[in-house]
Amino acid sequence: MLRKIAITAASVLALSGGTVLAAEGGLVEDLAFSFEGPFGKFEENQLQRGLQVYTEVCSACHGMKLVPIRSLADEGGPGLPEDQVRAYAAQFTVTDAETGEDRPATPSDHFPSSSLENAPDLSLMAKARAGFRGPYGTGINQFFRGIGGPEYIYSLLTGYTGEEVEQAGTTFYGNHTFPSGLIAMTPPLSDELITYQDGTEATVQQMAEDVSAFLMWAAEPKMMDRKKAGLVAVLFLSLISVLLYLTNKRIWAPYKGKH
Amino acid sequence: MAGIPHDHYEPKTGFEQWLHRRLPIVSLAYDTLMIPTPKNLNWWWIWGIVLAFCLVLQIATGVVLAMHYTPNVDMAFASVEHIMRNVNGGYLLRYLHANGASLFFFAVYVHIFRGLFYGSYKAPREVTWIVGILIFVAMMGTAFMGYVLPWGQMSFWGATVITGLFGAIPGIGPSIQTWLLGGPAVDNATLNRFFSLHYLLPFVIAALVAVHIWAFHTTGNNNPTGVEVRRGSKAEAEKDTLPFWPYFVIKDLFALAVILVVFFAVVGFMPNYLGHPDNYLEANPLSTPAHIVPEWYFLPFYAILRAFTSDVWIVMLTEWITFGIVDAKFFGVIAMFGAIAVMALVPWLDTSNVRSGKYRPMFRWWFYLLIIDFVVLMWCGAMPAEPPYSTISLIGAAYWFAYFLVILPLLGIIEKPLPQPATIEDDFNAHYGAKSHPAE
Repeated sequence: MLRKIAITAASVLALSGGTVLAAEGGLVEDLAFSFEGPFGKFEENQLQRGLQVYTEVCSACHGMKLVPIRSLADEGGPGLPEDQVRAYAAQFTVTDAETGEDRPATPSDHFPSSSLENAPDLSLMAKARAGFRGPYGTGINQFFRGIGGPEYIYSLLTGYTGEEVEQAGTTFYGNHTFPSGLIAMTPPLSDELITYQDGTEATVQQMAEDVSAFLMWAAEPKMMDRKKAGLVAVLFLSLISVLLYLTNKRIWAPYKGKH
Repeated sequence: MAGIPHDHYEPKTGFEQWLHRRLPIVSLAYDTLMIPTPKNLNWWWIWGIVLAFCLVLQIATGVVLAMHYTPNVDMAFASVEHIMRNVNGGYLLRYLHANGASLFFFAVYVHIFRGLFYGSYKAPREVTWIVGILIFVAMMGTAFMGYVLPWGQMSFWGATVITGLFGAIPGIGPSIQTWLLGGPAVDNATLNRFFSLHYLLPFVIAALVAVHIWAFHTTGNNNPTGVEVRRGSKAEAEKDTLPFWPYFVIKDLFALAVILVVFFAVVGFMPNYLGHPDNYLEANPLSTPAHIVPEWYFLPFYAILRAFTSDVWIVMLTEWITFGIVDAKFFGVIAMFGAIAVMALVPWLDTSNVRSGKYRPMFRWWFYLLIIDFVVLMWCGAMPAEPPYSTISLIGAAYWFAYFLVILPLLGIIEKPLPQPATIEDDFNAHYGAKSHPAE
């Protein structure tokens, strides 16, 4: 299930400098996610667990300002019922654009922005950290194995080496996935950090995998629609190709002696 | 150049005659569609239709995308995500448009290399060729500005690097750069004008395409033998040709459908394959990406741009001769534009009077080497500018220029061409057997 694939630091945004003691960064493990390949689909349960990890852990510092909260109810996503989405939205406070006053968020609002200045927005992180370039740098593998973005997130979350380095008053943590090998984010996950609503055992690996899948959905919410549209187009055009091939053969036949 | 003799449109009904005297538009459509086409055209001749399709696809998807896009540095990135998430079918439109550009360039490169192999640029088709190169240049400009619009990291830094090239021009360069950008750096003014021009240029391309088609409809198509269609009489011409409709329209549409199967597989199943992940990060003038890489279709020319560093002897010599006016950076810019200019001049650089590469035993190998050279340069353009890639780029760039400026002029003199078929009919019959006069 786990295939180790080293991604060159070039494929991810490298944080230059700062590689003093650290282990080499850039190592990404390839997971077999359910949504890879032309027929891959998001798993609703996994996305809901991922949403829980995001809400209870990640969102303390990170934001997802490009994702509308209402899309949590969309088909092909976490598929929360409307009332749950409304309740979910209400836990965030937003500043109303018209009145300028703070109020509880509604489903038509977006997720809040990052509350910690240096924590990047996670809306598109799964696509911004894509990096599978095999075989031979062609990247064709992406067709079957996905783009590698969620794998990057999973590897980063599970890739802490336990090493700590202090530089200029800031503590950096050794990580074998982050490009420089040293990351400022404290290890965010530990076993049983949260209690899954569906009773799944909350290991670090499980939470990392779930939240990675959730962030892939957040980055590409129309993935399943897109694959369906692609499949219909491919089948339809294949049929048209066969018909045009036969038509072409027929109209040229009188001029080609061999036929 | 007399056109190929063929039947012309005859208005029959009263209304057709009435219209024909006022606006011969049906006649124009008829003659365009029924143009006598060499019947031995092979599968390398289908890319023109693919290109026409790409232009229509890009304009159609682009017009709708422009309805939802906001050209403002604070809103552009979010408006693209608005298209991806909220606009009905918006994700499909955007992925079709982004990957459509790649199909467009893939097709144009095959189309250009087909012309280079079969000598389609030679007399009397020089104007068709030159107009084609103008289309190619306009495509590059359009694609470059289109890539800036999503306002991602590669958009911003790509724009910074490429407009910086104009700043390398001695003396007036910095003024030109400021004029292009609308300010001292890539900013809102740049985004606005790029959006405006990205919308304008496709229509310039459409006009150039019309001229391109007009030109080769005047001379007639080239064909794999490079032998001209006989024009002595209509009967003679009909032995060498078939009308474009339906014989070539159906053939080309079949090829287009097969190509679109692959295209839609990419759009549906791996739409970000050809894009750079960094462009999903919003533009940040304070954070330079580790490697600034242009889109794949610019890579060969990007490699040529970077190949001529200050330690290359020809660059040092030029700098010394010009008293430092042409430095390494400006030399690279000249080389990049020069790589396209030598292509434009190929009708006069190729001294051979044989058109088709099929009958040129020496030319053929140099041509295959040029294709390999192009692919190698593309690969080098994606790699960091350091050894061994810089050396390989330099060799690749040198071969590109040598092919056009040295090899083609010399080959015409020293090469002994193979015998060519007397007529297109002979060539066709050699492939498919003599049955050119079907009993209807």
